[in-house]
Order: sequence, then C-alpha cells, then structure tokens
Amino acid sequence: MKIDDKLIEYLAELSRLELAPEEKEARKKDLADILDYMERLNGIDTAGLPEMTHPFESGNRLREDRITNGDRRESLLENAPDRKGAYFRVPRTIEE
Amino acid sequence: MDIRAFTALETGKLIKEKKISSPEATRAYLDAAKADQAKAIGDGAKINAYTEILEEEAMARAQAVQRRIDAGEALSPIAGVPMAMKDNICTTEGHTTAASKILGGFRAPYDAGVTERLKDAGAVILGKANMDEFAMGGSTETSYLGITRNPWGLSCVPGGSSGGSAAAVAAGLAPYALGSDTGGSIRQPASFCGLTGLKPTYGSVSRYGLLAFGSSLDQIGPLARDARDCAAILSVISGRDERDSTSVSEKPFRLDEPLFGDGSGSGDGAGAGLRGRRIGIPANYFSMPGMSGDVRGRVLAAAEVLRGLGAETEEFELPMIDAAVPTYLIIACAEASSNLSRYDGVKYGYRAPAAADIHDVYYRTRSEGFGTEVKRRIILGSFVLSSGYFDAYYKKALQVRGLIKDTFDKALAKYDIILTPTCPTAAYPIGGRIDDPLAMYLGDIFTTSANLTGQPALSAPCGFGGGGMPVGMQLIGGAYSEALLLGTAAAYQTVTDHHKQRPSLGAGLGAGADGANNGAGDGADGGAGLGAGGAEKGGAN
Repeated sequence: MKIDDKLIEYLAELSRLELAPEEKEARKKDLADILDYMERLNGIDTAGLPEMTHPFESGNRLREDRITNGDRRESLLENAPDRKGAYFRVPRTIEE
Repeated sequence: MDIRAFTALETGKLIKEKKISSPEATRAYLDAAKADQAKAIGDGAKINAYTEILEEEAMARAQAVQRRIDAGEALSPIAGVPMAMKDNICTTEGHTTAASKILGGFRAPYDAGVTERLKDAGAVILGKANMDEFAMGGSTETSYLGITRNPWGLSCVPGGSSGGSAAAVAAGLAPYALGSDTGGSIRQPASFCGLTGLKPTYGSVSRYGLLAFGSSLDQIGPLARDARDCAAILSVISGRDERDSTSVSEKPFRLDEPLFGDGSGSGDGAGAGLRGRRIGIPANYFSMPGMSGDVRGRVLAAAEVLRGLGAETEEFELPMIDAAVPTYLIIACAEASSNLSRYDGVKYGYRAPAAADIHDVYYRTRSEGFGTEVKRRIILGSFVLSSGYFDAYYKKALQVRGLIKDTFDKALAKYDIILTPTCPTAAYPIGGRIDDPLAMYLGDIFTTSANLTGQPALSAPCGFGGGGMPVGMQLIGGAYSEALLLGTAAAYQTVTDHHKQRPSLGAGLGAGADGANNGAGDGADGGAGLGAGGAEKGGAN
C-alpha cells in the first residue's frame, strides 16, 4: 500500500507526533513495508466470525466502590515537570 | 564459596540454613553489577544489564529481611534472595522509566502488585533492568539508556525486550529477574541468554504497576537459571489482585503442587515424571524460511530426550503460523497507540522546553521523548484504528486471533504440550536487525501466538549453536498448565546440563578479570559476525 504525505501527516496528527522531513519519509517507507506484509491476512476467510478482543471472556468483575488508596497527592505532584502548589502547571490553554 | 554460582532456590536455602546471610548475597551481586556498570559506555565488555543499581536500598532491605529470618519468620523459599526488576515494573525505590526518555526522572508513587508480593516474600531488589523502550523491540537496542550485550557473546544482542533481565541473570549479576512478555519478551531473551523463562497464563499474574503496552497480551513472569526457580518465583507473584481486573483467582499457582514428581505428589522423582505425557511437535514450524539448522537440530534432540523420559511425541501440522506476526502487530500496536497516549508531558516525566501552548507541549514532548521504534508502532496503531482502515486491519486481526486460538485449542485437546523452537535463530550480532523492522518482528514468529491465545509458554535451554550461542526450546500448554510446563522442563533439566552452563565472562565479573570470550558469537546464526565493540549502532535511537 502506498503511503502519501497526506496520510502520514494525518496519522502523525492522530498520534500527536511531529515528524521531521526525513523522519516522515522513513515512516512512510516502513509503514508501507509493514502493511504489505500484513496483506497475507487478506487470504484468510473471516466472514461472519466474532472478534476476539480478550484471551478469556470472564465477564465484568464488579467490586464495592470504596476508597482503598491513601493520600498520594504529594508523591504524585513530585513527578510533575511543572507545578504550582497543589496543581500541575501547563502553558496557556485558552486563547486570550 | 562463590555465592553467585547458585540458583535462587539454592541461595534461599543457604540463607535459611544460616550458611550465608541475605546481606552477604546482596553484596556479592551488587559488587559484580557495580563493576560492570563502572565500565565506560563504549567498552565492548560492558554488559549494561541495569538502568539503575539500588545499592543503599538493597542493602537496607537485605538487613531488614535478615532480621525477620533470624526472628524465625517463614517468608518464602526465596526470602533474602536478591533479584533484578525490569524497568517497566513500578518500584517505590529508584526510578521507573521503561528505558524511555519520556519517563526520565519518574519515581513511581506506589509499588506494582508483583513488587509488593516479592517484598512480602523477602525479596531484595538489586536494581532496574534495561529493556527495549516501552518493551518495543527484540534486542534491547531501542533502550534510551544504551544497548545491553549478551554475556555469551559480547558482540551479540541479549534479545528483548527483557534483555537486561536476561543478561543480568546470565552474567551472574542477579540470581533471577522479572520480565514482561507481550509477544515473546521473556521467552526470546531467555532463549538467547541460556535461561529458563516463563510467560504465565494471561491473568494469572497482576499487571497493577506494569507500564501498559498491549493490554490484552501483557504478562509478567520470571527469568531464572532453571525451571524450579521459575516455579518458586511464580508461586510468589501469581494470584488475584483486586487492582488488576483481568487477574484471576481460579487456579493460583502454588509451589506445593506436585510439580516435579510423577504426578502422584511423591516429590522428587522428576526423571520418571513424563510417562504418558503427550507432546505434539508442529513439523511445519521446523521448515519455516529463515529457520536455523542448529536450532532445528537442538530442539529435535530435546524431543528425543523427552521421549527417553517417557513422553509420547508426535509430529503434526499446526496451521496459521503465517498469520501470527501480522495479527500480533496489528493488535499490539493498536493497544500501544492508545496506552501511550497518556505520555503528554503534563503529569510526569519529560516535558519539551519552550513549548508555546498546550498542544505544543503534547507534540514536542512526544516527538522528542519517544524513540524511533515507539513512534513507528504508535503510527501503525493509529493507522489500523483510523476510520476507513479499522475494518480491514483491526477488526480482521481480532477475527484471525480467534482462528489462531481455535487451532491451538484443537492441538492442545490432542496433546498436553506443544514443543517448538523459541526463536528461529540463536542470538544475532548487535546492529544486525535494528534497521529492518520486519526482520526484527519475524524473530517473534514462534512466540506471539501464546500472547494472542493467552496460553502459558516457557523457554528452556536445550543446547548451543555452532557459534557457541544458547538455543532455547518452547513448551506451550493450555490455560493454567504452568505446573505441567515447569514440571516437564524440570524433568528435562534433571537429565541434561545445558541450563548449568555459564558464559566464561560471568565468572570474571566482579573478580577483576576481563571478559575472555569476545566474539564468541561471531559464528552464530542469523547474519555476518560483527567484531566485538565495533557495533555501537542503534544504542540510543
């Protein structure tokens, strides 16, 4: 399958990735190669077959809704690249 | 006494009998690991099994565990024994980075379920083991923190993604390790490094605190020197955990099951244990293109040994093998693209500097923070999940997954165990496949099926190839048949000594001697030999 600029740019956007020009060309090529290899699945008849999303279907496991974890606010915030007091800080998200 | 010569269970026994102490054992492994870590990055003799060594924390824990043992507490057969933890499993000690730049500096606020269980059992964590970034790779060359070398041949890869875990155990830098296996990431490095490694049944070990890659495929499991050690470790880490809704309690594995006996529970008569056991050998696997003659020969010789132990073996055709890797790739990448969307530079890890607005934070952080292989898989995952391609790829793969499961269920109705090679070749030279993604993915051809079906699978050493590199055989069984797989491997290991071989390098580490077998892998299968130390390519992409 041929991967054109429009498709790779769309996939990069879905993936929230910026691709440098040479990176874009490299990803186009290896995506095309990998998809060609995946073509072999087309030879398998799967009409009407169920989709297997999980190795074992065990159904939902419900548990009582109660608090089990302690207060980890500080240890979680310590990992923040940027914070202000008890908040994660990010650049402006709403236009002025 | 060379403390590092013992298995995990032997070490635990020596500690219990007060012949050595947990701090002594921990110190011996720490010194060896530190001696390796002190070598320069460009040093062709540096194994680089660890991303971080937790010396102070390990010594403090060893002393605490020793006090409990001295007080007469019965913790577990591996109480006081040190170990290496793959860097995608959360530990409150040190960092948890999945060998990625994007998680640089991350300190887990909580222990993973397996970390908790190991600590309760008296385990001592020596450090975090290197790996392919986010467990994406088969050679540990995609780590942001540098490549890991195979202790059996320093110019060769250790396999991956749990390559640091495998190299640490093979080089005598840890008696055992935990790894994770999404498409073969425990079994393939175990095979490349001459170890026994087990991917348990999906759901039998909690993934709480495992950095998610492919959620319908991931399992945590042990890498160790023999099947008995794997059994002891599995008995500690398996069982229901409320915090992982996929974890099961139906058949929690217990060490006191009659694992190594003849099934009567009488214990140690492993040699007589295989009478009546039916082992199927998929003949078509052995004639795949790219299959090494050495590997074929060693695995078929292992089948002969199993037959000698009383097993009935039979060749048969196991279809769908050509579909395994494409189906796996589609599902694993789809799940990964979703799981890795959480790395956005806001709450933890790396954030790109000088981002103008929040979208810029996402784009730049992810573009700078992820390596090439991770980006490749996220893009592939975005593709197969995008409207217009979803049905043709993702839905198709889920349907084929069901067909693959059917073929294995059918085979395992006829046989107790399926015996295959773990990998088509022994370990190959560093740099040999890193620029050829398809060649890398095809190295997983025999291992991915067990992740798709959820069934347990084990790799055990069954000899050496022409270049002196280890070869592994894979045993696959039905759901919750871990005891059967481990018991069979243990029986094999009572009459063979492949698992007892050590690379000449391992004994030298920490004793001041240089690795003596540089280039031992030059004659290995899988490509032209690169000179030791001449292959830094792919170290930090």
